[in-house]
Order: sequence, then structure tokens, then C-alpha cells
Amino acid sequence: MDTTATPTLNYLNNGHGLKSWLLTRDHKRIALLYLWSVTAFFFLGGFFALMIRLELLTPASDLVQPDTYNKLFTMHGIVMVFFFLIPSIPATLGNFLIPIMIGAKDLAFPRINLLSWYIYILGGLFTITAALTGGVDTGWTFYAPYSTTASNSNVILAGLGIFITGFSSILTGLNFIVTVHRMRAPGLTWFRLPLFVWSHYATSLIMILGTPVIAITVLLVAVERGLHLGIFDPALGGDPVLFQHLFWFYSHPAVYIMILPAMGVVSELVQAFARKNIFGYAFVAFSSLAIAIIGFLVWGHHLFVSGQSTYAGLVFSIISMFVAIPSAVKVFNWTATLYKGSVSWDSPMLYAFGFIGLFTIGGLTGLFLATLGMDIHMHDTYFIIAHFHYVMVGGAIFGFLGGLHYWWPKITGRMYPEGWAKFACLNIFIGFNLTFGPQFIVGYLGMPRRYAMYAPEFQVWNVLSTAGATILGIGYLIPMVYFTWSIFKGEIASANPWGARGLEWEIPSPPPTENFLVTPIVTHGTHQYAPSHEVGIV
Amino acid sequence: MRSALSEQQFPQYPAPVAIQPAPAPEHAHHPWLQHHFDNMEQQAEASTLGMWVFLSTEILFFGGLFMAYLVYRHASPEGFQEASHELNRFWGTTNTLVLICSSLTMALAVRAAQTGQSRKTQVGWLLGTMVFGVGFLGIKAIEYYDKFVHHHVPGPYFHWEGMYPKPAEQFYSLYFAMTGLHALHMIIGLGIMAVIAVMAWRGIFDEEYYTPVEVAGLYWHFVDIVWIFLFPLLYLIGGHFKG
Ligand code: HEM
Ligand SMILES: [Cu+2]
Repeated sequence: MDTTATPTLNYLNNGHGLKSWLLTRDHKRIALLYLWSVTAFFFLGGFFALMIRLELLTPASDLVQPDTYNKLFTMHGIVMVFFFLIPSIPATLGNFLIPIMIGAKDLAFPRINLLSWYIYILGGLFTITAALTGGVDTGWTFYAPYSTTASNSNVILAGLGIFITGFSSILTGLNFIVTVHRMRAPGLTWFRLPLFVWSHYATSLIMILGTPVIAITVLLVAVERGLHLGIFDPALGGDPVLFQHLFWFYSHPAVYIMILPAMGVVSELVQAFARKNIFGYAFVAFSSLAIAIIGFLVWGHHLFVSGQSTYAGLVFSIISMFVAIPSAVKVFNWTATLYKGSVSWDSPMLYAFGFIGLFTIGGLTGLFLATLGMDIHMHDTYFIIAHFHYVMVGGAIFGFLGGLHYWWPKITGRMYPEGWAKFACLNIFIGFNLTFGPQFIVGYLGMPRRYAMYAPEFQVWNVLSTAGATILGIGYLIPMVYFTWSIFKGEIASANPWGARGLEWEIPSPPPTENFLVTPIVTHGTHQYAPSHEVGIV
Repeated sequence: MRSALSEQQFPQYPAPVAIQPAPAPEHAHHPWLQHHFDNMEQQAEASTLGMWVFLSTEILFFGGLFMAYLVYRHASPEGFQEASHELNRFWGTTNTLVLICSSLTMALAVRAAQTGQSRKTQVGWLLGTMVFGVGFLGIKAIEYYDKFVHHHVPGPYFHWEGMYPKPAEQFYSLYFAMTGLHALHMIIGLGIMAVIAVMAWRGIFDEEYYTPVEVAGLYWHFVDIVWIFLFPLLYLIGGHFKG
């Protein structure tokens, strides 16, 4: 690799100073603004998680009062879901890569892109203010009527924070959809698009169709609290179950906002490191759309114990199983791609492997939960916690870290120390399973979620879990350190250090400000690791 | 540290993409063409599609409220009927007409820009639209004031002389949430109109570049259409005109 490359003009050195970053309209710089901010929120959310785990080390509530504990898990949920998981991959990697992958100079609306970052920060400030001025204790789900009448914490402020951030998500989704429709380079047909772009397209559909519903829902909670409108509060004639319907109409699809982009990343990684074309391109592409669509029809599986009718429960139970089909299609296609591939074990690939394993466990336990009778036993226990952490933390974060490692040389023009990267990945994998594995068991045994105290016989599992969380926390810190180190000291990366395919690898690292000096003309699929006639892709 | 994937280990297949210079744009560079678009058509299509996508989010935004309305109307049809009788159908109908007129002037403003008519004509139609918009909000204010005076605003001072006070309060909760959100959209629309009018006054729009007027028009028509749904739902369904 050439370590003596002469510095050329790229998006990083083209303009210096705070102003050139805070007023930039370059999608690559905005992606980095997001990267810094989601990382900050991730560690904030991680801090809350650490407090939760420390409190649960012993059965008694001795570290914090139950009241404080309620606020801790609420803030943990809000920060992680709305400020980390939802924006993480789309706003950083998506923002950075989508225009490049489709041969465009920028997203369709660069100014709106910057605006969405500011909205995100503004929403974050509201939420942090809510946390600092007393906190919120409703749980991240804001269930009414607790959130509308009973709770005397900062519900309105936190709700506004989520309301505002929602617009950031809507604007990002809107920008992606228009960009994919209107900015593709000549010759880049829909079925030549990288799977990363497909999965972001599906994610964007969920963002624009789901987010407005949660926005109006938290707005209604806020006005109900503030002005005594009777929408959800039974004392005012409202219906709390309506809240749950509206909330989960967004929040179930939202879990796919968190996971679909990670699936897009994994599709790229599997191809690059197995050096093979994806098995069943069209199936993988369409399964993203199928997930996006079916995901909107299954929200009722969160209401099995809310008193909805048995028939509704049955229907939701069956449709929930359907959503597992396209997810399984993806897993099978990745496995088939790896089969007999010349797989290399670079750190991004390790994350992809981790993703596939953990997501499979999370998805299968989702099927348990979608079974009516099982869910009544396990609802609101640690089994749920384990299920969604396997999919969201195991899935989304492994996808995020895998993608970040894979495209790091492109983003920064530097390599990171591979040995450390492998070590960190292993560390995270072990820590993760030690943290959330025992929670399946203790949840199955009946330990309820959201309590600061628990029965003494559950302690051994909780100690294991807390130990795992410590390892996990350290695992997350290591990449922070070596990534920072690599920006200054890392080996200079070539344009295509992995020998991978895709338009992003055809331009220099880091990319020039305009991405492409001339618009590329695409003559066949952008991700071909074998001649087109062998794989039947046009 | 070198990646395990070196070119020697894995022979490269032909490059997946040919990076060739795109054909030179036929038209001269238009002053309003942003640097990241190839041509004016692409730019216009992107903006229009962007507005359509945005409007689909708006439909879902109002959709949550419509959903709540349907649920509660279904739960207590008589109460809602009784409550809706207290709305002033005269003002409601007038406002519907006012909004339809504003949509007409808006459409004419878009046409004026598209066909390259004088900037006075363009600004004229835009101002017309704004006048109707302000008229609508004025009438809305009269109606709100009326509800306030009669204690029909939900909350501690709500008072209802009828058989169904609870559903009536709920009806008015939804009435204020829905029309309030709609009015907010009107106010934002007026702001947009003002900006577009200034742009039109500066003579920016012509046959080649009129996307902002067109896109603002889409927004305005959308807000109009929302009202076309709100009006029958809130004012008309199950109603009989009081003699
Ligand atoms: C493979 C298909 C999946 C099925 C069938 C499924 C099923 C379920 C069911 C039935 C519940 C409700 C359990 C209860 O509250 O009693 C649940 C909870 C949850 N799931 Fe999944 N799930 C699936 C995939 C996912 C994915 C991919 C994610 C996230 C990326 C996810 C995140 C969550 C979350 C966050 C909750 C709990 C929310 C809360 O109560 O706080 N699930 N899942
Ligand atoms: Cu769900």
C-alpha cells in the first residue's frame, strides 16, 4: 500500500474551521457530524445502562431508589432507541454512501440534510434537559394514562424531544427516497442497485410512513397532559388502548428502521469478504420491501395482554409469523452466499458473522413471543428484554460496527489496526452473550422487567449479566480508541483496500468533495464478483 | 496492516462499472441549477417528488387524528352528533368556499409562472391566495372565540348542557386538535406564500424555472384537501340544520 500518497483535495481538507463543518451541505461531512453525535448519545445511553446493571447486581434496591431506577431505564430506552439506533446507520453510513453508491454528487436536498442534523440535535437537547431537570419515569413507551395523568415527571419535555427528532428522521427518509428515485447515474437501473441502497430505500419508506404517527401520538400525550384533552385518559373519557395502538403502529415498524440498514450492511460485507455475488439478489432486495410492508401490519402483537379481542390477537399472531419469512430469506441467502465462498476473516466480516448469529437467535425468540400463549407467560419479563436486545443490540450495533470498519478507510483515508479490531469484536461478542443470554433464562423463570428489586433466587443470573455488561462496555470503548488513533497515525488506505466492488471503491479515499468529477455511466450491476453471465444479473 | 484480500489472491473480473464522461449537457447552465444536479429537469423532478413524499407523511400525521376520531365516533355516535350540532355550519361552509377560492388563485399563480406571465400577474395571484388564507384564519378565530365564550373548550371550564357531556368534551378535544393542526398548516402556508411572492416579485420565475411555485402550490392544495375531509366529519355528519 502506498503510504507516501501526496495529499489531494478531498472532502475533509476542502475547508477548515468550525464554520465550514457546521454550515456544510456536503453529505459526507453531515454524515460525520451525525457520527460524532450518535456516538455521544450511545455513550450517554450506555451510562444509563451501566447504572441499571449495577443496581440489579443485588436483589435489594440499594444503589438507587426505585423512583430513580424508573428514570434510569426510561432515559436509557429513549436515548438508545430514538437517538442512537434509529439514526445510527442511515444517518451516518447511509448519508455518506448512498449518493456515492448511485453515482450522484450529493443527496437531492443537501440543505434539508443539514437541517435534519440540527433538528436531531435540538431534539436531543430537549431530551437531555428533560433528563437533567428531574427525568422521566414512564418507560420509553410512554403508556397512557400513566404518562398523561399519573406521572409527575418531565413527560412533556421528553415527548417534545422525540417529536422534534422524528422530523429529522422524516427528512432523512424523504431525502433518501427522492435521491434513489431521481439521482441515479445513467445506466444504474433499480436491479443494479447495491443491496445497501435497497435496504435504505425500504427503511426510508418506514421512516416517512411511520414517524408522523408517533409524532402525532406524543403530541396528543403532551396536549392531554397540558390542556386536559380527553384522548387517552379514561378519567376524561379517553381510551388508553388507543395509545398503545398508535404507539406500536409506529414502534413496531421502527424496530425495522433499526435492523434493515444493518441487514443492508451485512449484505455488502458478505459479498465483499466471500468474494461472491449475493445468492438471490432479487430475493434479498424484495425481502427488504416485504419487511417494510408486513412490518406495518403486526403492531398488535404488543397488545396481546392489553385486552384486545382474542380474534385480533390471533390475526396479529399469524401476521407476526409472516414477517419472519422475509427475515429468514435474508439469513438463508447470506448463508448460501458464504457457502463455498473463499471467506476471509477480516474484522468487518467477523461483525457480519456475529450479526447473523445474534439476529437469528433474536428472530427465533420473536417467534416464541408471537405465539399468543407463550407471550402471555413471557410478556414484560426479562425474556422480552433479551429478545429485543438480541435483535437491536446484537443486530443493529453489529451491523453498525461492521459497516463502520468496512468503510472506515473510505471515510477517513486511513486503515485501523486489524488485530485490535478483531480483539474488540470478540470482546463485544462474548460480553454481549454473557449480558443478554442469562436474561432469556431469568425471564423465562419469571423475573419481571422494570423493577429495581427482584427475588433473591434470580441473583446469580443478574450477576452474570452485569459481568457481561462490563465486558461489553469495555468492548465498545476499544474501537473508540483505535479509530481515533487511526485518524492520525493509521496507515494510508488505498482507494480499494478490500478489493471490493461498488462505485464507492472506484473513487479515491477519502472521496473528493464532488464524489465524481464526471457522472459515471453504469454498464452492469455495481457489485459483481463474477462475470454477469455466470450469475444472471443484468 | 494489509488486508487479506489482495488482488493477487483473487483475480479480478472485469470492472463492474465503466466510469466514462457523461454526455455534455445540451443546455447552457441555468443560473438556478444547483451544482449537484445534472440538469433542470432532474432538479424539478426531485423537488416535486420531494413534496409528494412529504405530503404522504402529512397524510399519516393527520391520519392518527382521523383514527382517533373514528374510534370515538364509533364508541358514542349520539354524543358526537349532539356535540357537532353546536358547530356553526354557516361559518364552516363559508370557510370551505374561501379555501376553494384560494386553491383557484393558487392554481392560477402556478400557471402564471409556468407560462412566463409578468411578475405583477404572478404576485397578484399569490397575494390573492394569501388574502383568502387570512380570511379563513379570521373566520376560524371567530369560531374559536365563540367556543371559548360558550365554555366548549375542553378542560376544567368545559360546560355542556346536553345528554352526553363526556363524548361532547371528547368531540371538542378532537375538534381543536384537528382544526388547530390544520390552522397551523395554514399559517405555515402563508409564510411560504410570502417567500414565494417575494421571489416572484424579483422576477425569478419563468417557463424554465417555476418549481418553487409549483411545489408551494402542491402544499397549499393539500392543506385545502385536509379541510375538505374535516368539514364533513366535524360539521356535517349526522347533522340536521337547526330551524
Ligand atoms: C423476526 C420477527 C420478530 C417477531 C415475530 C417479534 C415478535 C415480538 C413480540 C411478539 C414482542 C412483544 C412481546 C411482549 O411485549 O410481550 C416483541 C417485542 C419487542 N421486539 Fe420483536 N419480534 C421480531 C423481530 C424484532 C426485531 C428485528 C426487533 C428490533 C430490531 C424487535 C424489537 C422488539 C422490541 C424493542 C420489543 C419490546 C418493546 C417493549 O415492550 O419495550 N423485534 N417482539
Ligand atoms: Cu413488534
